[in-house]
Amino acid sequence: MTDQTQQRATRRLVRRLVVIVVAMFGFGYLLVPLYNVFCEVTGLNGKTGRMGVAQAEKMTPDLSRLVTVEFVTSVNSGFPWNFKPMVSRVEVRPGEQMEVMFEATNRTNEVAIGQAVPSVAPNEAARYFSKTECFCFTEQKLAPGETRQMPVRFIVDPRLPKNIESLTLGYTFFRSTVQVSTSAKPDVVKPES
Amino acid sequence: MSDAAVHHDHHDAHHPSGIMRWLTTTNHKDIGTMYLVFSLMMFFVGGAMAMVIRLELFQPGLQWVDPQFFNSMTTMHALVMIFGAVMPAWTGFANWMIPMMIGAPDMALPRLNNWSFWILPFAFTLLLTTLFLPGGAPAGGWTMYPPLVLQTGAAFPFLIFAVHFMGASSVAGAINIIATVFNLRAPGMTLMKLPLFVWTWIITAFLLIASIPVLAGAVTMLLTDKFFGTAFFSAAGGGDPVMFQHIFWFFGHPEVYILILPAFGIVSAIIPTFARKPLFGYSSMVYASASIAFLSFIVWAHHMFTVGMPLAGELFFMYATILIAVPTGVKVFNWVATMWQSSMTFETPMLFAISFVVLFTIGGFSGLMLGITPVDFQYHDTYFVVAHFHYVLVTGAVFALMAGTYFWLPKWTGHMYDETLGKLHFWLSTISVNVLFFPQHFLGLAGMPRRIPDYAVQFADWNMVSSIGGFVFGLSQLLFLAVIVKCARGGAKASDTVWEGARGLEWTLPSPPPYHSFSTPPAPASIDGGYR
Repeated sequence: MTDQTQQRATRRLVRRLVVIVVAMFGFGYLLVPLYNVFCEVTGLNGKTGRMGVAQAEKMTPDLSRLVTVEFVTSVNSGFPWNFKPMVSRVEVRPGEQMEVMFEATNRTNEVAIGQAVPSVAPNEAARYFSKTECFCFTEQKLAPGETRQMPVRFIVDPRLPKNIESLTLGYTFFRSTVQVSTSAKPDVVKPES
Repeated sequence: MSDAAVHHDHHDAHHPSGIMRWLTTTNHKDIGTMYLVFSLMMFFVGGAMAMVIRLELFQPGLQWVDPQFFNSMTTMHALVMIFGAVMPAWTGFANWMIPMMIGAPDMALPRLNNWSFWILPFAFTLLLTTLFLPGGAPAGGWTMYPPLVLQTGAAFPFLIFAVHFMGASSVAGAINIIATVFNLRAPGMTLMKLPLFVWTWIITAFLLIASIPVLAGAVTMLLTDKFFGTAFFSAAGGGDPVMFQHIFWFFGHPEVYILILPAFGIVSAIIPTFARKPLFGYSSMVYASASIAFLSFIVWAHHMFTVGMPLAGELFFMYATILIAVPTGVKVFNWVATMWQSSMTFETPMLFAISFVVLFTIGGFSGLMLGITPVDFQYHDTYFVVAHFHYVLVTGAVFALMAGTYFWLPKWTGHMYDETLGKLHFWLSTISVNVLFFPQHFLGLAGMPRRIPDYAVQFADWNMVSSIGGFVFGLSQLLFLAVIVKCARGGAKASDTVWEGARGLEWTLPSPPPYHSFSTPPAPASIDGGYR
């Protein structure tokens, strides 16, 4: 190889290698949506689905069985809210919508914004559990000392495997990340199922 | 870019002297030397941190340092040893040896080469100054798991940018090595005649450019989570901390092969030399290295079996992990077969290489144990894991580095090193390193967790044994330093071949080699017949 062809070959190779480097940097970010899609499809992590009301009404209820849905709540450490379900368990027919209420109280003297994150156990049940309305779709802003009752409407898919007779819906209230940055940009936080 | 090296062969006397020579050099030997000296310095910095850890663990209870500082030490010890000692040392070896091994005058991109080295001192200045910042150095573990790492104080952005710099340095070095081997091989140096060190480094370089950018992405997400309100890993914003572990180990598992593959190459050069026999199964070595590299991208979740995974996932990652034992077994078999019925002599490089084969295999076996999902639930985050990765990284990577240093030191300096001191260093190191790490298997199986400054009294005896081994191993490394300094200053003149059984292009050059190695390519006839 002469020096010039060698240089040209080197430059071409380096360009290709740099493309790989940039692509792999992008791939690191691509793993984020991939991970979320993977979790939603498999129900891993207890990520629950979201469903339109119209779609939910089209479901035919399975009158042959009852499923127990239990509710648990917790508050992330250092977040001064009280948070509890109004009923601790309900029995539902798969394919029928059900509404339950949760109650949150801001114990502090200042306005606070919280974000509830749902999770369903066991994991296999997560993909058969959908919500048509939930306070967890948006952030909740509570005035000092305010107590608010918040509804959740959910539906259990009739295709839920027969061996699952009860499932647990858990909510954890987190201090919203919006408060971390001083400039309030409510759009930053994407509401997640 | 390569003309700087190719056309200036007669300017040896013109390069600047003093500090400017080192700041502006584009010579592969100068840069290789700087990499090696830097990594030796970092080896002692990281070693000093390990001494603090072993000192605190000498007895149960809190004696010497407070727990926050102890956690800083484990975190910084890992970062310094991985990114500061082992990775730059391999790049240093590559810089020194690859152009000489393939019959090239220099690296393909000499100026980039200068940059990739000089980024490193900045990276480690950033990282090491965190020891003096309010809140102390990073203490959440080198794996930087959120949300814990997000609680790091002022040190946090320093940590992230230091990782960015280290990554940029190794990616630039990797691109340079690939460009050199693909474009600057001497006529007649076909791919399947390359010495195995060059082969394993090529594979390492591809691992680097494919995995380091993913790490850069992961730490950038941490940075924006902390300062710019994103929520990649924050459950409050819809993110997931477990996702960090997936992204991190997607980088992290290839990384462990980045640390060990060049070691396979060096050992494959040393064993045939002192066995005076060609390497057994050269092509199977190449294919085995490539399969290990491929498999390294699909086994990451075995680092996190305990996070909660579906059965199918656990089975897949377990089987894929165990599969790596096959190509690795091929390698160990080939090394042993090379020694079989050969006329071996036991100079220091060979001693370290044999020790590598035995002890690395022990580390491989404990790795197999950890790869079995059901038992991993017991071993996870215990000292068993610590024992495992120190067997593969200290008696694996670091022993191979020492073997390589003794092997090529006469070539680099033109002087023979002190064989008596070298052998003393070997025996002290090999005995003490086993006293240091072998008992940690017992501690781990008995349930002692890693990354804690204090422990229950039933772990006291083996911790004391381990600490004594640690102190002896640490002090023995001063001998290594002494041998290198003594050899650089003078000693018996080394011949060109240095070792009776040495084969390969680097041994056809004088010791020390001229400033520019192969200004005219070597004769194709001299290329074949190497032990590879």
